[in-house]
Amino acid sequence: MLRFTLNRLAQSIVVILVVFSLTFFMIRLAPGDPFASPKAMPPDVRKVLVERYGLDKPLAVQYFTTMGSYLKGDLLPSMSYQGMWNSKIIKDAFPISLIIGLSALGVALGLGLPAGIIAAVRKNTWLDYGPMSLALIGICLPTFVMGPILIAIFGLKWRLFNVAGWFEKTDWVLPAVTMGLIYAAYIARMTRGGMLEVLNQDYIRTARAKGVPGWRVVLVHALRGGLLPVVAFLGPALAGITTGSFIIEKIFNLPGLGQHFVSSVFNRDYSLILATVVLYAVLLVAVNFLTDLLVAWINPKVRLS
Amino acid sequence: MPPLRLLFLLCSVLATAGLTGCGADPINAREGAREKIFLINNKAEPRFLDLQRCNSVTEHHIMLSLYQGLVSENRDSDKDVEPGMAEKWEANADKSVWTFHLQKNAKWSDGTPFTAHDFVWSYRRMLRKELGAQYAEMLYLLKNGLPLYEGKVKEEELGARALDDATLELTLVGPTPHFPLIACHTSWWPVPRHVIEKHGGIYDVMNPWTDEDKLVGNGPFKLKRYLFRQYLQVERNPHYWDAANVKLDGVRFYSIDDDAVEERLFRRGQLHATYSTPLSRIPDYLKNHPDIVSNYTNCASWYFRVNTTRTALSDVRVRRALAFALDRKSIIDNVLRARQQPAAGMVPPMAGYTQVKEFSFDLPQAKRLLAEAGFPEGKGFPKFNILISKNEASRQIAEAVQAMWRQNLGISVGVTQQDFSVYLTSQQKLDYDICWAGWNADYFDPATFIDMWMTDGGNNETGWSNKDFDQLLADAKQCADAQERLAILTKAEGILMRDSPVLPLYFGTRTRLIHPAVKHWPQRLLDNPVWYHLDLVYPPPASSMDAELNRN
Repeated sequence: MLRFTLNRLAQSIVVILVVFSLTFFMIRLAPGDPFASPKAMPPDVRKVLVERYGLDKPLAVQYFTTMGSYLKGDLLPSMSYQGMWNSKIIKDAFPISLIIGLSALGVALGLGLPAGIIAAVRKNTWLDYGPMSLALIGICLPTFVMGPILIAIFGLKWRLFNVAGWFEKTDWVLPAVTMGLIYAAYIARMTRGGMLEVLNQDYIRTARAKGVPGWRVVLVHALRGGLLPVVAFLGPALAGITTGSFIIEKIFNLPGLGQHFVSSVFNRDYSLILATVVLYAVLLVAVNFLTDLLVAWINPKVRLS
Repeated sequence: MPPLRLLFLLCSVLATAGLTGCGADPINAREGAREKIFLINNKAEPRFLDLQRCNSVTEHHIMLSLYQGLVSENRDSDKDVEPGMAEKWEANADKSVWTFHLQKNAKWSDGTPFTAHDFVWSYRRMLRKELGAQYAEMLYLLKNGLPLYEGKVKEEELGARALDDATLELTLVGPTPHFPLIACHTSWWPVPRHVIEKHGGIYDVMNPWTDEDKLVGNGPFKLKRYLFRQYLQVERNPHYWDAANVKLDGVRFYSIDDDAVEERLFRRGQLHATYSTPLSRIPDYLKNHPDIVSNYTNCASWYFRVNTTRTALSDVRVRRALAFALDRKSIIDNVLRARQQPAAGMVPPMAGYTQVKEFSFDLPQAKRLLAEAGFPEGKGFPKFNILISKNEASRQIAEAVQAMWRQNLGISVGVTQQDFSVYLTSQQKLDYDICWAGWNADYFDPATFIDMWMTDGGNNETGWSNKDFDQLLADAKQCADAQERLAILTKAEGILMRDSPVLPLYFGTRTRLIHPAVKHWPQRLLDNPVWYHLDLVYPPPASSMDAELNRN
């Protein structure tokens, strides 16, 4: 197990290093630059800025000094928002994306699991067709349509929630529901598929033959196996959900991480792009690393292969 | 099974998530009116809070609340100023030496006495290359300003002297009758030496003196709270020289860049003033809610830059043909629909200035010019592209113009969209054919629209150069007579239009949604809010949108 862990750890580090290097060089190949402004910048001023952020040094030097800073845990200052540290930007924004993401996940599981289970148990009845049609609509309807619809109904018409912003204790609801509904649709369909497969197996029939109550067969015996596809999906999805969605954060004007992912690219903010991408990579790798360990711990075959 | 247990754990985390989070103080427009806190969308996140590094309208509107210069724009008139930190001022006969007498009770927001030396120190700081201030060139107007910037003279030789604590003398490079209007610009405002020096290097961009607990200013308000990407809030500054006449207790600036989002916030009663209005909603607001929508001309010119180094476009007849083939009125009536004015020249209407009216929609003229240039009916004209940034209004305008040039002149034009930062870089590198652009006045004077086109000027970006034009600009700078100076500028604009490196399209308007509680919203050409004059009334008067705005 130790060897397996070390092996996976080494792989994870390589992946992060590759992501770091690719991001570093690719953003510098893109046209545009972080100091562009609508009013032309006098060459002297530009020179001061370029020197301040070390952009006048050879690319290799920049690469290694940046990597050195990252190893020391210093994510450098932002180039677009001058005077701001990237670590502060991320520290402020990440918790918000995390709250929205986890709440969305709660919505997704709370709606998706029951719907999927009921649909599987009552296969080919209206309890199956109804929720599954809704799920299909949910998958097809993008968040930038769903968001404004929810806002129009719950924000502007019934005035239950704020339409945007991050001020009141209820401001997470609409964004989380918008995001959660899409995932709920996926989870419902996955749960249904997983459950259907399990419900046809011999051990379920055995359980029923033994006289186990119907609800117990479904929730205890079948659900364990039926949920496997959902669990496999949730692992990697977790990193994506919790680091924020640009569209959701834009529609609801949330100060989360998702906006920085995209706007830092528009701004060509070299250092902030790198910081957000590396953060995302580290999260994704960490979640996968833990999932691997978990699976290996449950299933010895994986360790040996 | 551990994964299953993990899921349940997750669900319990969510239950708590709903109860925590969301830190900022909630406030809606109605409560804001009661507590005199003005809620405004400011469009973007400020990139700097260091006054002397600021370079955008976003930052400017925030700085107007935190700082004040020698004089302020007059609250009622665009072409006049009113006292700011200076209670009175006078100039010598040729208007090249100006003396300002500061307010008697002038203080910084931390209570430190404010003196004329603060201005002198600020100007010296601004004129140092290490600071990297984009607007440093505004101070070249001071005697020895440029030489100081270039490190050729000592700081003491700069044409800014404190005669005593309360008197400032500014010696300019030449006669400048309109200097007070120029001095309204942020580049002429003071920064707090005692605070900057206390917290770090004077020129260091990472000096934390602009943090929410450290920033000190001299304006009607002081910084209270800055939540990055949420809002910036300022509160009453009790040490402001005229604090008794400030009506608001605070201003909250949001940084929402999407106009659909800000319109929804407004309709939900979460804002007192939007920054703009979605293009598609403007006609409806103008027609059905004239009391809510505030539509006014602002001092902005919108035009196409032409890259005069490109083959066909280097021919002045071609550029003029393109300009004559633009049906400006049709674009305004059918695309923009916010009461903009067709632009026949570069400079928007300004009192006292005679505009150049070079271009109208004149198809026969356009066709004749194109034929003279060797492209009758557009035959053989090389294909070129209109460069725009990624934004809906630009795209609609570019497509309308594309159709006009194709139908009217028979030439084929493409449209290229680029990310804003790439679009700016392309212009600077002259890597475009024709480019959609706009210019907002920095200060209320025609020169702000004309100076930019001088040979090799940083904002010229067309490759165009004309010696007579440059000479006229130099003459205008040396002219002590205000009327005569404006006449020279008109002549210069005439040359610019005749050579047509720019194809003017329209003069802009602003369309903001303003809550009925707002009093004294300035419908001004420069569109700068006068924070110390603005007021909110409670309860808000009746309006055509009460059903939406005042419900909770």
